[in-house]
Amino acid sequence: MNKIVDKEYFSANVVKFEVEAPLIAKSRKAGHFVIVRVGQKGERIPLTIASSNIEKGTITIVIQAVGASSKKICDLNIGDYIDDVVGPLGQATHIEKYGTVICAGGGVGVAPMLPIIEAMKKAGNRVISVLAARTKDLVILEEQVAEYSDEVVVMTDDGSYGKQGLITNGIEDVINREKVDLCVTIGPAIMMKFVSILTKKYNIPTMASLNTIMVDGTGMCGACRITVGGQTKFVCVDGPEFNAHEVDFDEMLMRLKAYN
Amino acid sequence: MEEQDKIKERRNEAWRDELRRSMKAKERTDRPRVHMPELDPEYRSHELKKEVNLGLSDEQAVYEAARCLDCPTPTCMSGCPVSINIPTFIKNIERGEFLEAAKVLKETSALPAVCGRVCPQEKQCEAQCIYTLKMKKEPVAIGYLERFAADYERLSGNVSIPELAPANGIKIAVVGSGPAGLTFAVDMAKKGYDITVFEALHEIGGVLKYGIPEFRLPNEIVETEIDVLRKMGVKFEKDCIVGKTISQEDLHEEGFKGIFVASGAGLPNFMNIPGENLIGVMSCNEFLTRVNLMDAASDDSDTPVQKGKKVAVIGAGNTAMDAVRTARRLGAEKAIIVYRRSEEEMPARIEEVKHAKEEGVDFLTLHNPLKYEGDENGRVQRMLLQKMELGEPDASGRRKPVPIEGATEWVDVDQVIVSVGVSPNPLIPSSFNGLQVSKWGTIIVNQDTMQSDLPEVYAGGDIVRGGATVILAMGDGRRAAAAMDKALQENK
Repeated sequence: MNKIVDKEYFSANVVKFEVEAPLIAKSRKAGHFVIVRVGQKGERIPLTIASSNIEKGTITIVIQAVGASSKKICDLNIGDYIDDVVGPLGQATHIEKYGTVICAGGGVGVAPMLPIIEAMKKAGNRVISVLAARTKDLVILEEQVAEYSDEVVVMTDDGSYGKQGLITNGIEDVINREKVDLCVTIGPAIMMKFVSILTKKYNIPTMASLNTIMVDGTGMCGACRITVGGQTKFVCVDGPEFNAHEVDFDEMLMRLKAYN
Repeated sequence: MEEQDKIKERRNEAWRDELRRSMKAKERTDRPRVHMPELDPEYRSHELKKEVNLGLSDEQAVYEAARCLDCPTPTCMSGCPVSINIPTFIKNIERGEFLEAAKVLKETSALPAVCGRVCPQEKQCEAQCIYTLKMKKEPVAIGYLERFAADYERLSGNVSIPELAPANGIKIAVVGSGPAGLTFAVDMAKKGYDITVFEALHEIGGVLKYGIPEFRLPNEIVETEIDVLRKMGVKFEKDCIVGKTISQEDLHEEGFKGIFVASGAGLPNFMNIPGENLIGVMSCNEFLTRVNLMDAASDDSDTPVQKGKKVAVIGAGNTAMDAVRTARRLGAEKAIIVYRRSEEEMPARIEEVKHAKEEGVDFLTLHNPLKYEGDENGRVQRMLLQKMELGEPDASGRRKPVPIEGATEWVDVDQVIVSVGVSPNPLIPSSFNGLQVSKWGTIIVNQDTMQSDLPEVYAGGDIVRGGATVILAMGDGRRAAAAMDKALQENK
């Protein structure tokens, strides 16, 4: 059982939790995720670790209420317990000094991007973060992102905040302006697909963090499998990050609809 | 005392001698083997959680127990990977001391109610019974009797806890709570060690919980047996992945003097054929985990599961039988086993194949899938099967299936469950520095001691063998415990 020590609403449907998990706080790295389960009849769902506090023995996770299980978690309050939190899972992000890195996060994907932005900056990269959301209220973590970014570009679909346009418009502006060595993208699959198409056009290496359906998260079932470079990979153990230019996003988009 | 002498001594007890003389051998051998009562196939094929085999009555068990000839050299014991003293427990049943019989089982087996249900006895103890070896008669129903004694004890509410040696304060870690890990834990706890079992999932039991369905092995039975371990002082840490949540170094720092790795072979194999990533195609592990561990078929469970109407299960092992029978129970009108060899080569237990057939499962032997096709939404719609014939025997002695050129057929399906074996999960081996693994990803150990090339690390079960059986995993746990105990005592 893992106690919730802090809760904060980023927007009506996006909640940040700080949860007691001392062992995970100690061993996690940027890019790792956890599987959580709430209630004895609860589902196991994957959530990326946004940050951790080793002294307090806590990890931070950010959840968007989109279905029954995520809503159930979002309804929890400070002092409540999450029945199961297991991790850290997956491969950590490969961090090194690349040069200039674009970190492109869409919607709630900005939360899992945050530790990567921080690690990229600490590794000596010039970090340009491009955040995108449908509308102003859905832009999250801008301040924290800014702390480790050389520049933050905010894009909204409706132009209510930052620049009007899609995330790809924001990325393309940067690419046209200066040399970019790497792009990292996390967000809805459809967004990552179009980011990947764009950066491929400019030949910029791109990593995407995939958010497929998962059950155990330890490689036991293959629910999360996806085709990368023509080969089947398990996102939970081989990923969640892959070379975006090799990912079959259409297959991923299709498989995400398995239980719709 | 030598093992043989111990067996002899127990056989020579007065009550055993009297019992042997109470009935003529001919009378014993003339008795037909008892039949296990089971649920009606039509009824049970719609009941996901009702156990098929109903167990023996007291009278049936006593009657069957009298068939055992109490051989001076019990060959049956050599067929049991954990060397249960079979005649001693059976003779206790014959004389009506059922709780005593259960105690005898627990001397060597951590999970008798489980093994009585899922062991392939026809290949193990019962294959070495004198009835099988010398008389060409049906063997004594050792598995049924084991199950009877264990169930009797559980239902009596009088579950015995094995005797423990005084605590020696030495901490030992077990990685994985499946059959190998649990057996090892029991044996070491008996010897006085301080045992902690680390489990990645949110429930204890490994394949006993997520894999084998309720209709074959009720979770309640697994829980009862695990409770005995808790009462023996074994600690369980759920949601903890050694190598991820805690490292090998963490275990060292916390003072663990030995590690037994029993993380299993959880990684499902796929065939890498076109269409295998369509919606509705899944591994048997995913399907069974959803249904068994997550209870996905119940209305109050948050986990969904697909309930196909036309379901094909690829493969013919026990897991394939579990999956196809589960699919039937979830409402599949057509549930087919697709197997590339013939029925004779099927690795599943004969009983499971029989049960599946009774429950209306179709068998498409000598067929192998070539590809799957889906509809416009990416949901699997049909599969192309290659017809096969049996050729020359291969290295393993089984006749190799060979495609018949040009002989293919399309079969409509809306769900495909791939059950073509598992590979060792690399997660644990790769996180232990310097641990030697084979090209198949199994941990290399000394076959007698189960010790790896890292002196404090022992391993057993599927992580050493690839996909094998519950009882072989238990045997490994037992050998590892004996060897690790010996090594630790010598180094004192």
